[in-house]
Amino acid sequence: MSIMDYNGGSVIAMVGKDCVAIASDLRLGNQALGVSSNFQKIFPVTDRIYLGLPGLATDVITLQVYSTKERFRFRVNMYTIKEEREIEPETFAHLVSSTLYEHRFGPYFCEPVMAGLSKTPSGGLKPFIAATDLIGCLNFAKDFVVAGTASEKLFGVAEGLWEPDLEPEDLFETISQTIMNAVDRDAYSGWGCIVHVITKDKVITRTLKGRMD
Amino acid sequence: MHSFISRFSQTSAQSEFHRAQAFTTDEGDLASSDAAWGSQAGFGNLSHGIPTFAIPEVADPSAFLRLHTNDSENPDCRIKMNHGTTTLAFCFQGGVIVAVDSRATAGSYIASGTVKKVIEINPYLLSTVAGTAADCQYWETYLGMHCRLHELRNGERISVAAASKYLSNLVYSYKGMGLGMGTMICGWDKTGPSIYYVDSDGSRLKGNLFSVGSGSTHAYGVVDQGYHWDLSAPEAYELARRSIYAAGHRDAYTGNSCNLYHVEEGGWRFIGNYDISKMHYEGPGDALGADGTGYGYDIRVKGHSSGDN
Repeated sequence: MSIMDYNGGSVIAMVGKDCVAIASDLRLGNQALGVSSNFQKIFPVTDRIYLGLPGLATDVITLQVYSTKERFRFRVNMYTIKEEREIEPETFAHLVSSTLYEHRFGPYFCEPVMAGLSKTPSGGLKPFIAATDLIGCLNFAKDFVVAGTASEKLFGVAEGLWEPDLEPEDLFETISQTIMNAVDRDAYSGWGCIVHVITKDKVITRTLKGRMD
Repeated sequence: MHSFISRFSQTSAQSEFHRAQAFTTDEGDLASSDAAWGSQAGFGNLSHGIPTFAIPEVADPSAFLRLHTNDSENPDCRIKMNHGTTTLAFCFQGGVIVAVDSRATAGSYIASGTVKKVIEINPYLLSTVAGTAADCQYWETYLGMHCRLHELRNGERISVAAASKYLSNLVYSYKGMGLGMGTMICGWDKTGPSIYYVDSDGSRLKGNLFSVGSGSTHAYGVVDQGYHWDLSAPEAYELARRSIYAAGHRDAYTGNSCNLYHVEEGGWRFIGNYDISKMHYEGPGDALGADGTGYGYDIRVKGHSSGDN
């Protein structure tokens, strides 16, 4: 069994019309044993960027919260102070990628998924999603990105449900149906889901009641 | 040695080893073992008295099968067996209760949520499925056939003890060849209600309460605190359902739904199918013995927990 499957969990991000959505399950397990049904894997980076970290739970927490050098929050704060402006999603994706590649020969066992809205030169906002593997290979997709123990199942359902230019409410429905049905076919994901839809003026966050088995 | 004598002078598995090791290419022999498959309800291999199976034609078939089917000894093994389940059976004043989940997994993939893990051998005998589903299904159906033959020969129903011993001896003759079964033979005979645990290692145990599978520890935890010989039937149903729910909730390889059976003097009866996630939020509905509330932690602590608003 892979160390990536030790705690279980999955994340997906999707592009809509002037909006993006990111969703995850809420399970934390110790192999087959379910331990928590409220384990957050998605973290806000700025008002317009969310980061999902499925993988080994200890590394999820290390990368996001605790470690003084490696944590993404620390590096984003340093960027903000030096540049005197908020980080853009594309820049943040490269920050995540290079942080992970610094550990090329002893990686963190996480596969980050990012979703955000980036500023265009004309002053508008453009949807942005990206994912990397555990050593930082970037994947900029135009439709959806997935990661975690249910990734194959997420690919299958998303491939069938996603369509271009979905409005925020329709995108919410699509991503919710995708993750709920995918994790119901995965033994290591589930125990409830959380969905964030990022639009130009607000972030809609909803917790979904999922199957508890 | 004369082929007829060599065939019937040993147990079936042994004679198969012998055949495999001799690299037999006799046409007639092959026809008797393989050609009849499918034409006699899958039991065509029994038409010559003793079951015969195609066995790898290598010097040591037992070691070969172990290498390629046992993923705990060899992680790269090509034939992955289905693992993960929760089955439960207990005797009480009113007979035997049998409860199982309905999830089938292949690795982390949930291949099915509607598996029948209780095999109805005949109107008086039930057996549970844990381990390799195909092995359980095949050999327990085969056991059913022999139970009927016993009835015809002796003019009375086979005892649970005899039926379980028949299965135990049978799977023991295939020991080391990759059979994976953990089963409970449950029924009511002249001696009253009884349960035998039989597995493919050769164990055969009589007892009042057994749970088998990856979720068995979770089920034991619940059933042990509520088990009593003098339970009423509705109380026993609720305890069994609650135990399978606990396993379904905590164990990743157990879930989807619970199938419940009750064996009484007149034979077994199917009580119901209960969705495990529905039991978490709403309880088993208006089922006999249910108190109408959900089993879930959030429901049980609502208004009492400091974290609950």
